[in-house]
Amino acid sequence: MSEMAEIRNYTINFGPQHPSAHGVLRLVLELDGEVVERADPHIGLLHRGTEKLAETRTWVQSVPYMDRLDYVSMMCNEHAYCMAIERLLGLEVPLRAQYIRVMFDEITRILNHLLAVGTHALDIGAMTMVLYTFREREDLMDAYEAVSGARMHAAYYRPGGVYRDLPDRMPQYEVSKWKSAKTVAELNENRQGSLLDFLEDFTSRFPKYVDEYETLLTDNRIWKQRTVGIGVVSPEKAMALGFSGVMLRGSGIEWDIRKKQPYEVYDQLDFDIPVGVEGDCYDRYLCRIEEMRQSNRIVKQCIDWLRRNPGPVISGNHKVAPPSRERMKGSMEELIHHFKLFTEGMHVPAGEVYAPVEHPKGEFGVYAVSDGANKPYRLKLRSPGFAHLSAMDEMSRGHMIADVVAIIGTMDIVFGDVDR
Amino acid sequence: MSEKLEHLSQSLANRFGEQLKEIVVARNEVTVVVAASDYLAVAQALRDEPDFRFEQLVDLTGLDYSSFSGAEISARFAVSVHLLSLGNNQRLRLRTFADDDSFPVLSSLVELWPSANWFEREAFDLFGITFVGHPDLRRILTDYGFVGYPFRKDFPVTGYVEMRYDQELGRVVYQPVTIEPRENTPRIVRDENYGNVGNG
Repeated sequence: MSEMAEIRNYTINFGPQHPSAHGVLRLVLELDGEVVERADPHIGLLHRGTEKLAETRTWVQSVPYMDRLDYVSMMCNEHAYCMAIERLLGLEVPLRAQYIRVMFDEITRILNHLLAVGTHALDIGAMTMVLYTFREREDLMDAYEAVSGARMHAAYYRPGGVYRDLPDRMPQYEVSKWKSAKTVAELNENRQGSLLDFLEDFTSRFPKYVDEYETLLTDNRIWKQRTVGIGVVSPEKAMALGFSGVMLRGSGIEWDIRKKQPYEVYDQLDFDIPVGVEGDCYDRYLCRIEEMRQSNRIVKQCIDWLRRNPGPVISGNHKVAPPSRERMKGSMEELIHHFKLFTEGMHVPAGEVYAPVEHPKGEFGVYAVSDGANKPYRLKLRSPGFAHLSAMDEMSRGHMIADVVAIIGTMDIVFGDVDR
Repeated sequence: MSEKLEHLSQSLANRFGEQLKEIVVARNEVTVVVAASDYLAVAQALRDEPDFRFEQLVDLTGLDYSSFSGAEISARFAVSVHLLSLGNNQRLRLRTFADDDSFPVLSSLVELWPSANWFEREAFDLFGITFVGHPDLRRILTDYGFVGYPFRKDFPVTGYVEMRYDQELGRVVYQPVTIEPRENTPRIVRDENYGNVGNG
């Protein structure tokens, strides 16, 4: 009888250049055969010092930085930042702006979940999914573009409201070397009316698309083998580890800031919060799918309201929001407001505030400390991904190495937001 | 002030009494300041006692008050902790100042809330605040071998070193920064009512 071969423990580097590391995650894994003994994430490879940079810019100049934090849910980041400034100022936001914000928050949530579910499936072997989800992302990005001019980094929310009202017409495709007149006519079919018409058309199509995703994944045997019972987090653990959003709800805790501590007009809208049972990757996937359906419902309600209620979309207080170009050209006082606002910036009273929003990934909070200057004294961005990734060791210990990828996917990590 | 906040600040005052150096209710938020020596005990009580039951540590951040002009602040470094009670649906901010400005030390909250782990590493990395009792206090966001604490107010935004690829050595090297620091918009603090939104 020969002796058993000696088994060695391996330490391997996963990333920072790995396609399923969702960016620049360097994960040092200690393995016993194929089982993970310890996972040590090394982050900071995308650290840009946003918080320090914000200290050197005026309050408004930092709005575009927020887009670059979690670069798949841009407007939600801006929302938290603008809300923090508004709370420091004690500023009222016009109702129409609140509805526009909520509508775009939910569009952003759909965008984010489409990417999250699509790439999660891609990571663990379901190639088709990402092709389907990116088809719908295209439409929503067009909505972003129509409203702000940018497909991703919108800088659309401003302290006091939103930059401008919704456009009356959608940009249209043009005939080119690559697109024939027939193709263009098809593509432009639902772009004939305003942005709201386009979005309404989208909301009526979207539930069917979600059914398609579910056909691809929900009962898929391989998908279930890869996600059911993987990365299980008990409710107590989820709370102690600082989880929020889907990561918390997937473990069966009913907690959603939109319901529990409503901001903007969420208390006037009708929607449900899906909650998981087992706390595994599969339940979190189901939560995301259901959240997309609920977001679609919210978008629909916002469209209805926005059609019926025209009005201002940004605060009329010119110490905070600039006057319109037309009025600026015609009145001395407005010219002075305009000049002061764009050279010196607004002054925010001394104090501190923590403004959380229900970001697609969890609780995104902005902790702003002001000493009365035209720049923040300190800005702390509480990103959900940071707290989730810190539980990587806890969640992946004892799992196979292939499951690590499933766990990264279910956390919905984006490095712009973890590293800031 | 809403009834709920009133109730929370009242029960905080009753329970901790002298231990609270300051209790502020503003903008629908409650802020409590405690001494570094009471920090851990107060945090423990906030987590465990049914009146408070803050199950979750949402955020922990370092602060450098060295150039703060908003109010009189005695110490330089502080830590602000944001707590959330899911059961009672309320939030609380807990702040502690480190006693020694040249070597700021505070107790670690990792034992109470595991989520404090990375947040404390971040505060250590960026502000140089040391947390006693932390199991793994390494730098987290800055580069391997980084020197200095970048979020302190006396650390320039441009930093001290920059990186480039050296053709001859065939590797990346550090060298002193070549960019000049500049400030496009000066930092201005106006008197009390300037830009007051109420006068808009």
